[in-house]
Amino acid sequence: MFNLERWQEIFETISKNKLRTFLTGLSVASGIFILVILLGFGQGLQNGVAKEFEQNATNRITVWTGVTTVEHKGLNPGRFIELKNEDYDYLIKKYEDDLEFKSSVYRIWSGIANYKTESGSYRIEGVYPDYQFIENATLSHGRFINYPDHDNYEKVITIGHKVYTDLFEKGEDPVGQQIQISGINFKVVGVYTDPGGEREESRIFLPLSTSQRVFNAGNRVRNLGFTLKPQETFQQALQQSIQFSAEIESFLKERHIVAPNDTSAISVFNTLEEAKRYYDLMGMIKLFFWIVGICTIIAGVVGVSNIMLIIVKERTKEIGVRKAIGAQPWSIIWMILHEAIFITAFAGFVGLIFSMGLLELIGPNIEIDYIVNPSVNFNVALTTVFVLIIAGALAGFFPAWRAAKIRPIEALREE
Amino acid sequence: MIKIKDLHKSYHMGNNSLHVLKGIDFNVAEGEMIAIMGSSGSGKSTLLNILGMLDEADEGTYTLDGTPIKNLNEKIAARYRNKFLGFVFQSFNLISYKSAVDNVAMPLYYQGMKRSERMDRAMSYLEKVGLAEWATHLPNELSGGQKQRVAIARALASDPKVLLADEPTGALDSTTSYEVMEIIQSINDEGKTILIVTHEDDIAHMCKRIVHLKDGLIIDDTKVDQIRAKKTADV
Repeated sequence: MFNLERWQEIFETISKNKLRTFLTGLSVASGIFILVILLGFGQGLQNGVAKEFEQNATNRITVWTGVTTVEHKGLNPGRFIELKNEDYDYLIKKYEDDLEFKSSVYRIWSGIANYKTESGSYRIEGVYPDYQFIENATLSHGRFINYPDHDNYEKVITIGHKVYTDLFEKGEDPVGQQIQISGINFKVVGVYTDPGGEREESRIFLPLSTSQRVFNAGNRVRNLGFTLKPQETFQQALQQSIQFSAEIESFLKERHIVAPNDTSAISVFNTLEEAKRYYDLMGMIKLFFWIVGICTIIAGVVGVSNIMLIIVKERTKEIGVRKAIGAQPWSIIWMILHEAIFITAFAGFVGLIFSMGLLELIGPNIEIDYIVNPSVNFNVALTTVFVLIIAGALAGFFPAWRAAKIRPIEALREE
Repeated sequence: MIKIKDLHKSYHMGNNSLHVLKGIDFNVAEGEMIAIMGSSGSGKSTLLNILGMLDEADEGTYTLDGTPIKNLNEKIAARYRNKFLGFVFQSFNLISYKSAVDNVAMPLYYQGMKRSERMDRAMSYLEKVGLAEWATHLPNELSGGQKQRVAIARALASDPKVLLADEPTGALDSTTSYEVMEIIQSINDEGKTILIVTHEDDIAHMCKRIVHLKDGLIIDDTKVDQIRAKKTADV
């Protein structure tokens, strides 16, 4: 490898055949380029999907209700199904051992909130304290609402970061301030941030009990939200959450006299099941990208091998002369091999640098749903480089072997 | 220097076999200059190829400078060729993208000699054939005679025991042929053993001994009075 003489030999042959070398290199470089770009987007897709699921706890199970569409036990379709506090109380008692976090939600889609001269319209949600973890929210000021608030029907709220920036001046401490919602004063106890971004952060949380009393909701709730206790493996967790979803769905449908096949009256959404579907799909897409990329490289390598065979054919006579004046078979093999490895490695690096550069340049600026920051991790890049060098050696070896097998007497006879 | 006993060689092509050498006995002493003559198909090139270890005999023994040449694998053959033999071909066989001096230095590269030393020696051999000024020129910038002189310098570079020339003047006109022969003669004067395959009578008579081959056998082996190429060229 570090034989200066051989490097000189290679550069002499390469400079003699610039176009041919360039075209060979181009096929390898574009192979690597395509592989890296594909892998980059595979990663971007993964990042994007992961981000979609980040806004809530990934093992979240949500129940919501709607209008019945199927006639059942003599009841006409078109009834609006409403969940009650009793449904929630029954479920959390029954599944006490399985549940990690739990909350029911009473929601007002748009409530007007005023603070001094500022005002805005936000989702107002009455929840239990556990809801913080179901929503994957993090506190930036103060605290989340708690059980004593709930028990005492306290008029306290935890507001989203967006609400905070809308209503308060920059740097102002919101904790302890009063905000008016529908003309009623609430005390701010905290501010939260949510990985889901602005949409998730323009909400105001208050204790469920307070919300039902203040908005005249009686014992009605809009949603139920649960997470299950962690299991050892993803498979177990998935299994458990699917079973749990099915059980509560059939229980609630029975209790509210809804047909088992009525999907709009009561729906249970299992994030984990959904997540698994996305991750499976993504795994397939990534695998597909790898296969396409590797095939592209193989095509490039076959190209190099082909060119090297032509080179050997063209240089048959020269190889014969070299052998006649004392070249050992291995020195011929190395000469050809060295050239092949050099071309593939060099072209491969060029492709790698271009594609990585492109990803670095445009990657962070891509803002499409489900694609976030396409990039290639360094180890993968390193792996492709090794694959390349091995591929180059393979591409060169057979032509080189053929070259070494050329008998000088036949080579010299060739005109 | 060279001892050959009962050498046989046949070529097989499909079901036909062609018996080319049918028992050659042949000795060469050091410092001889021998012309091998014969019509085409007489086996003279085959004999030279066997002597040059480019091909192997089916039967018989071949000893070169006391070393028995048999059971050669590619590796050993390459080493012996490099050590014992220098080749001059009819079509020169220079490497087209290398300068004259690089061509001459090639056998030395395969001996593992360092670059600077190699270049010094290559230059001195180029001087010997009168082409020192052309050292950096590529083969296609040289005339036929000059190319053959570069080839001779290359053959001599590794300081071989025997110089084997296959029709060295076959591609040259008679004036340049004589120039080349003059150089070959002067090398022989310095004591190098030389074998030349030729079918030209005048070239053969510039050697000291002529061996005639016909149908794979030596039919005539005579010493002759050497005609100096220089005198002939002047005529």
